Amino acid sequence: MAISTKGQTGLTGNTAIAYAMKQINPDVCPAYPITPSTAIIEDFSSYVADGAVDTELITVESEHSAMSACIGAAAAGARVMTATSAQGLALMWEMLYIASGMRFPIVIANVNRALSAPINIHCDHSDSMGARDSGWVQLYSETVQEAYDNFIQAVRIAENEKVLLPVMVCFDGFITSHAIENISLLDDAEVREFIGEYKPRHHLLDTDNPVTYGAMTLQDTYIEFKRQQSQAMSRAKDVVTEVGREFAGKFGRDYGLMETYRLDDAEAAIVILNSAAGTTKVAADELRKQGKKVGVLRPRLFRPFPFKEMADALKNVKAVAVLDRADSMNGFGGPLFNEVRSALYELDTRPRVISRIYGLGGRDYKVKDAASVFDELLKISSTGKVETLQKYITL
Amino acid sequence: MSTAAPEKKEKVVQPFDYNKYLRPNKLPHIWCPGCGHGIVLKALLRAIDKAGLQKDNIVMVSGIGCSSRTPGYVDFNTMHTLHGRALPFATGIKFARPDLKVIVITGDGDALAIGGNHFIHACRRNIDMTVLVYTNATYGMTGGQYSPTSPVGSTATTSRYGNIEPPFDTCEMAKASGATFVARGTAYHAIELEKTIYDSLTHRGMAVVDIIDACPTYFGRMNKFKSATQMMEVIEKENTVNIKQADKLPPEKLQGKMLRGILHKVEKPEYCQQYEEHVIKKATSKE
Repeated sequence: MAISTKGQTGLTGNTAIAYAMKQINPDVCPAYPITPSTAIIEDFSSYVADGAVDTELITVESEHSAMSACIGAAAAGARVMTATSAQGLALMWEMLYIASGMRFPIVIANVNRALSAPINIHCDHSDSMGARDSGWVQLYSETVQEAYDNFIQAVRIAENEKVLLPVMVCFDGFITSHAIENISLLDDAEVREFIGEYKPRHHLLDTDNPVTYGAMTLQDTYIEFKRQQSQAMSRAKDVVTEVGREFAGKFGRDYGLMETYRLDDAEAAIVILNSAAGTTKVAADELRKQGKKVGVLRPRLFRPFPFKEMADALKNVKAVAVLDRADSMNGFGGPLFNEVRSALYELDTRPRVISRIYGLGGRDYKVKDAASVFDELLKISSTGKVETLQKYITL
Repeated sequence: MSTAAPEKKEKVVQPFDYNKYLRPNKLPHIWCPGCGHGIVLKALLRAIDKAGLQKDNIVMVSGIGCSSRTPGYVDFNTMHTLHGRALPFATGIKFARPDLKVIVITGDGDALAIGGNHFIHACRRNIDMTVLVYTNATYGMTGGQYSPTSPVGSTATTSRYGNIEPPFDTCEMAKASGATFVARGTAYHAIELEKTIYDSLTHRGMAVVDIIDACPTYFGRMNKFKSATQMMEVIEKENTVNIKQADKLPPEKLQGKMLRGILHKVEKPEYCQQYEEHVIKKATSKE
């Protein structure tokens, strides 16, 4: 099927990411299939077979090998990308830290899916949330359009000399990966001009300037490497902003570090990632019609976490519910809740913040679920009392 | 007054009661029309019945893939684990409870690609379990990628111009790695398969049965097979020879054919027993 880049077209999230990969035309793509991300590589393998890209597609024997091959190819100086989900990302775990520690600008699409056990193939964020401290920049996407735009921007963010870190672009399994949405695609030339040519400063095939990666560093130097990596992660925040502005200037779609929706005068706000933000915005619209002051904050950048911007955005809100589609299993709410609550600590007057865990393993999250949380928040806002700090909803 | 029918003295063959071993509320199964996995499951249940194994003494462990859905449907102690990892999980179970009969259900992608390392080491240790490798030369669950047993030249979503990677011979690999019982069967030869699985269940040590099975949905469609039955005839019937007949056939008739039946069977010390004798007894005698 020919895909048109003129006007609007209808694509699934997976097809859109495969199309972005075709336009990016990476040097190497090592891959191993896993639901629900498989269709990305399936579509991309057609582009390889049709000669539409110059990419070498390596179909390895596991995700462990896929990420290892990504790292090997990146060390050789290649622009590298792949896609995975859930157990696939989990099996890459050991190598995720190698990729970030060696500072390779690898880009992966992580199609969010619940982790085993018990086995489940549907959407939640336990996979990428588990990898949140692996040193990868993480971008989350509400729609097919945003997943596509994020994936193209990810190349620029990862390869920026101030960053040089791998980037994970996350979007919801089945909900975004398999549903068809309207999307505006860029022309191939626009994408290639935006991302530019990848010129690695150091790589193993540069035999005139030999380098080593991953060599033993003990008490003498290891901590300096980690500090540099940490500083690069901190710098990534501004680079995400800069790349986003340039993208918006050229193509008109501006995402920032987070989306705020009807938040300016809101008394109550829900903070929520990915596709469920759309549902929450519908609930906010309905409650606004009843005169209730509610708003939504949808983080786009989760790693590095934009603490200051988060606090600024929520400082005038009285009650905040952070909805997590993953549980930290720490006895104290989900991962997003913990970050947001921590970000608000620096404020002189802090909103009350509650944790609600929803939609694990693909459980539906409906407008009424969001509305119910908003009602609870408005009650907290008027009484100042939190009855239940944390609980599961959509049960 | 009605006339009673004369008593028949014919032998009445009772149909095998599969429900005795199934979890009916978990059915229907997910396997596609034309897939042989159901035939293999039935052969396995008949073999278990013939071997006189008690349901509560059986542990069935699987990894990920179409075949690995089997434990969900059977009324044994069952565990559905991770892609490629059924054998290490099963090793842990067998080690903790050597009295239980451990059966591993796995596919060619699960056992030989992502779990290939575990496969050779489980064989090497000769731990007592039966491993059924459902070989359909494809990753069916994820939509038809080529697998480590896909023939050279075969088409998959990841080999549009034909697979260039030589396949593993599962039985040769199991034998070379140290498995003490190695056999092959097919879904087409369902009665023979039942006997082969029975022999594998009664063997003490690592017993591997490579079961040639067809995936009409992906492998068949992409490799221009006309139907599921044609696939069974070509891949399972015409492409295999029973080892007992093979001796009588001239070499040219065996060219390119896979052998069925028990291909390798030797008696060697079993791993849990060795551990009991050489580690536990020696360690406890020091007290």
